[in-house]
Amino acid sequence: MGISLLVVAYLIGSVTFILGLKMLSQPAQARRGNLIAAGGMAIAILGTIFLYEKDGAKLGNYGWIFGGLIIGTIIGTLAAKRVKMTAMPEMVSLFNGMGGACAALISMVEFDHLNHAGFMEQGAPVSAGTLIAIVMGLVIGTVSFAGSIIAWGKLNGSIRDFAFKGQHLVNMGVLVLILFVSAYIVIQGGSESLYLFYVLFVMAIVYGVLFVFPIGGADMPVVISLLNSFTGVAAASGGFLYDNPVMLTGGILVGAAGTLLTILMCKAMNRSLQNVLIGSFGATATVAGNTGDKVAGSYKEISLSDAAMVMSYANRVMIVPGYGLAVAQAQHTCHELEKLLEAKGVEVKYAIHPVAGRMPGHMNVLLAEADVSYDKLQEMEAANEEFKTTDVVLVLGANDVVNPAAKHDPASPIYGMPILEVEDAKTVIVNKRSMKPGYAGIENQLFYQPKTSMLFGDAKKALQDLIGEIKNI
Amino acid sequence: MNDILSWIAAHQQIIYIVILSIFLGVEVIGRVPSVLHTPLMSGANAIHGVVIIGAIIVMGQAQQNNYLALILGFLAVVLGTLNVVGGFVVTDRMLEMFKKKK
Repeated sequence: MGISLLVVAYLIGSVTFILGLKMLSQPAQARRGNLIAAGGMAIAILGTIFLYEKDGAKLGNYGWIFGGLIIGTIIGTLAAKRVKMTAMPEMVSLFNGMGGACAALISMVEFDHLNHAGFMEQGAPVSAGTLIAIVMGLVIGTVSFAGSIIAWGKLNGSIRDFAFKGQHLVNMGVLVLILFVSAYIVIQGGSESLYLFYVLFVMAIVYGVLFVFPIGGADMPVVISLLNSFTGVAAASGGFLYDNPVMLTGGILVGAAGTLLTILMCKAMNRSLQNVLIGSFGATATVAGNTGDKVAGSYKEISLSDAAMVMSYANRVMIVPGYGLAVAQAQHTCHELEKLLEAKGVEVKYAIHPVAGRMPGHMNVLLAEADVSYDKLQEMEAANEEFKTTDVVLVLGANDVVNPAAKHDPASPIYGMPILEVEDAKTVIVNKRSMKPGYAGIENQLFYQPKTSMLFGDAKKALQDLIGEIKNI
Repeated sequence: MNDILSWIAAHQQIIYIVILSIFLGVEVIGRVPSVLHTPLMSGANAIHGVVIIGAIIVMGQAQQNNYLALILGFLAVVLGTLNVVGGFVVTDRMLEMFKKKK
């Protein structure tokens, strides 16, 4: 009875995960989808605690299990409730790392169990399948954990980009070594590789760190998405190990969906995954910076009152938000400016580049937080059509996504990336903190064009001042 | 060769699940608008927290005197719970904002 009930619980769990993912990809149902998946997860977890049996024995250690669940729930809820919207990507990365670490720990304990049992299973030497599942869980989980922590550190600015000559070769070497040692443990049957198992753990940490270190901050979303699917695979290998269908379906689903999402993100930046992973962005950028420094001319600044004037007498204004807006937490002020201009009869819309900010959809989430209406947000293609009839484009802390070099300059490292063609508009006002280049580390010709003028300063401060000026008109 | 074939025969159910799940995973999110990329990634992140089930099994089977298993298992339960609960709550927070302005 109990065991059959558990089968039903797992069935419900698997179905809710599929439904949840499906609904999460439709705006109207997304929130319900998330709740449904959460409900299914709760059923699967409770079912496991109370109904799981192995060889007729139920699970014990309830105190430890519930203790862990309660501690995790409290910390997890607090962390998720308190985190600022701008820090969302870091948070996702951190939670992903926790999942990876969890998979790795499971493998460690199971390996230790096998060790105590003399690497025998039901009177026979342990099967290669079991060992493969354990080693896979350890390696992939650990890489995901170490990589996610580095990604988290990079996004919140506590870890800088770091690369050394020949790093790709070193990475490759470590990876080959990991595969070799993994294969050795599996073939040899485990009994003589106790220490090797922990060596493997250390190597996986090293690989995870080296893997993410050279990748530029702008590519972090792609990396987090990739590590997300890694953790999915690590969870699935746990499913193999316990012959557990809900872990298997959940893990593989996320592994597959995460990989597709990674590819979609790469496509939005028009770069191959390989290109992102090798991290050649920074390397080519310096070359281009040396040879292609032909950005000529000077930029001009615009005063607050002029900017206010231009904007309030325009027919149509498009706002291009970027990471600068997120850092300055200026989304509410931005919405205020939008309302003010609308009240003056100006049509205001937002042009959202798919990779603006630090994650795809980052800008949408931020602007939604500030109650910006959904139909004011224009995706790239629609926006590019509208720029032609737009009077003023206000670029708020965006840089690479409006760099015309992506269209005109084959030597540029971002050549070929689809951009927001703001230069089609009559006037462009760019708000930035300084003339420093964006994440790609390259100059932006847009700033030197005659129709462009610069409004320096922190996005929030500049917007507040702008609002004040417009009110005075 | 025979070994591989018999392994496949013995595990055909799991192999079917894996292959079908891969296609399902790709199909199910294939048409996601870029607006929802971040919440979707976050939601998927919460779903792979299903690894917590493995942690619970490990914890529940740990011998009372095996401190290594107890401590590592406990840690695994805490981290897995963080992944699940944190993941779903963060996703819900993001989506809550999407809903409000309708």
